[in-house]
Amino acid sequence: MQAKKDKVSEAPKETILKELEQKRERKMVLMQGNEAVAYGALDAGVDFFAGYPITPSTEIAEILSAELPKRNGVFVQMEDEIASICAITGASLTGAKALTATSGPGFSLMQEGIGFAKITETPCVVVNVQRMGPSTGMPTSPAQGDIMQSKWGSHGDSPAIVLYPDSVKESYELTIRAVNLSEKYRTCVILLLDEVLGHMREAVCLPDMANVRVISRIKPTVPPHWYKHYDENQKYLSPLASYGEGYRFHVTGLTHDAHGFPTNKTTEAAEMMERLRKKISYNIRDLVQIESHKMEDAKIAIFAAGIVSRAAKAAIVQAREEGIKVGLLRPLTIWPFPDDAVRKMLRNVDTVIVPELNQGQFIHEIQRLTKDKSDGNIISLQRVNGTIFTPNDILNKIKEVS
Amino acid sequence: MASIPQKVIHDYLRHDKKFPHVWCAGCSNGIVLGAIIRAIDDMKLDRDDIVMVSGIGCSSRMPVYIDLNTLHSLHGRAIAYATGVKLYKPYLKVIVVTGDGDCTAIGGNHLIHAARRNLDLTVILVNNNIYGMTGGQASPTTPHDAIATTAPYGNIEPDFNICDLAMGAGASFVARTTAFHAIEAQNMIKDAINHPGFSLVEVISACPVIYGRLNKKGGAPEMMKAMRDNSITKTAAEKLPPEKTEGKIVRGILRQDIRPEFSDEYEKLIKRVINKGEENE
Repeated sequence: MQAKKDKVSEAPKETILKELEQKRERKMVLMQGNEAVAYGALDAGVDFFAGYPITPSTEIAEILSAELPKRNGVFVQMEDEIASICAITGASLTGAKALTATSGPGFSLMQEGIGFAKITETPCVVVNVQRMGPSTGMPTSPAQGDIMQSKWGSHGDSPAIVLYPDSVKESYELTIRAVNLSEKYRTCVILLLDEVLGHMREAVCLPDMANVRVISRIKPTVPPHWYKHYDENQKYLSPLASYGEGYRFHVTGLTHDAHGFPTNKTTEAAEMMERLRKKISYNIRDLVQIESHKMEDAKIAIFAAGIVSRAAKAAIVQAREEGIKVGLLRPLTIWPFPDDAVRKMLRNVDTVIVPELNQGQFIHEIQRLTKDKSDGNIISLQRVNGTIFTPNDILNKIKEVS
Repeated sequence: MASIPQKVIHDYLRHDKKFPHVWCAGCSNGIVLGAIIRAIDDMKLDRDDIVMVSGIGCSSRMPVYIDLNTLHSLHGRAIAYATGVKLYKPYLKVIVVTGDGDCTAIGGNHLIHAARRNLDLTVILVNNNIYGMTGGQASPTTPHDAIATTAPYGNIEPDFNICDLAMGAGASFVARTTAFHAIEAQNMIKDAINHPGFSLVEVISACPVIYGRLNKKGGAPEMMKAMRDNSITKTAAEKLPPEKTEGKIVRGILRQDIRPEFSDEYEKLIKRVINKGEENE
């Protein structure tokens, strides 16, 4: 029988990581968004990756296939995306920090597994580098078509945490944040990237590991017979045991009680659903991150995420040179939606422009938050043809409405 | 007598939590669960080091009743979840309990790829020839001409030979028995758990309430007798001419090979990569 040990190599993980850290170069490097995600995952402590190749996310798998073995971590190429989400969930229940990366078609296949990770409150991260169109679409072209899918993709109500970076550096940072939030909130966190961001190269200097804040799941301290897999601890963030630690807990995708055993009792079913909801809605302040850019005196606001916000920022510079007071509100967390910031924006500006690379998804959320006629006009700017907005596209719209 | 089997089984059950069970009277799942428990007890395995993973279906309800690390996953995906568990902590013994529909229809892709990788999982496939939990629809192992609620005029599809499928995909341990042969099942499960590589034990089982009724196979006793009378050991089958074994359930260990196991190979890869890094210093 194989000796009982935590991972496959004899060398303690800490020693290996320390050595790699010493070797790490502290200088500006040219890096792709996908590379930044891979290194962000490693710095966040991800030690298990299961995935299936798909454009435009494949570099993430390729880099991790080279880097994880060096760190005593596990890389496995699965037979499809369904198997990938299942394998990372299984590994996470065994104690891993687990991540997978995919694009639209794979993300669609993963939806049932994402729902399972959410109902069983198992930490994991899914990176979706979005491509254009339904089905196979345009695999190497950008679009922001998965905004709503990332929230509603899995059947049944399942509150989502979805992060959305706008630069290579932020891809690195938000990958770490995605892993941290998945561990803290015990859920499947989704990171959405624009195709152009995945493949765009920018100068980045990765921080020292000492400056990277890493959060890991809380482990139970109670004896096994006291352990509740879904303990109603403070703010619904409860400790999580792993397989092989003596807790011998049960995990099921069926509606379950606090111990994890299936239940058909309506009260327990309602409690479980409430718990999933409150875990997110009671912690909005911790979860929501926004960037408010030149909004102090703005009469026109642009609401945009990801790569579109970069074009918007360039348009704002030009518009302000011409004396138009325009600003940008950019969500780094798109789900839960930054309701308060958007309400404030609607109160303070005359017009809100919502440019997005889809047939109108964010726009519905902005409209939902419009209270009365004194709120600003909402103007949708849409594009779905495989290209991105240029600053001029947005500038023209600003001029048109100003 | 070393121990009273009933006592052994009770000791392993979550008897204070999840009973009564969901299975119909006469179902073979209890016999299979008993065989698994006795196998684990005989092998004196540490319960903390065993993870039982299942998918969806009647047999996949098994993990909730047994006091191990248990994971009742998605329909068809048990092997994919088990792959994550096993690769992260290779010292764990991972047992997958699944059914004919769960493992060879919706989960067929995961079955063949786990067999190809030769990852050290023990798959116990309870084959009752039907989707029992959803009320009797045809599965990939529903025999030709048999009646199912989605094959009311008789099944026109040929059925899978699960053991051949697993062997074709490269499984290194493949065995077949029936729920009538409980002790044989127990021993085969032990061999399968001990086997260093992907193992599959197909247990032909009786579903008297759904499959039996639809196909006029009688009650549980008649179906058990049929498994006894209609099965033959591999050794006996080898001595008979092919026409005499046709339609018979061939029981026994059909394959037992040693070939490189996936988590061992991964461990070797890690050592190679880490040592190479040190050499470059």
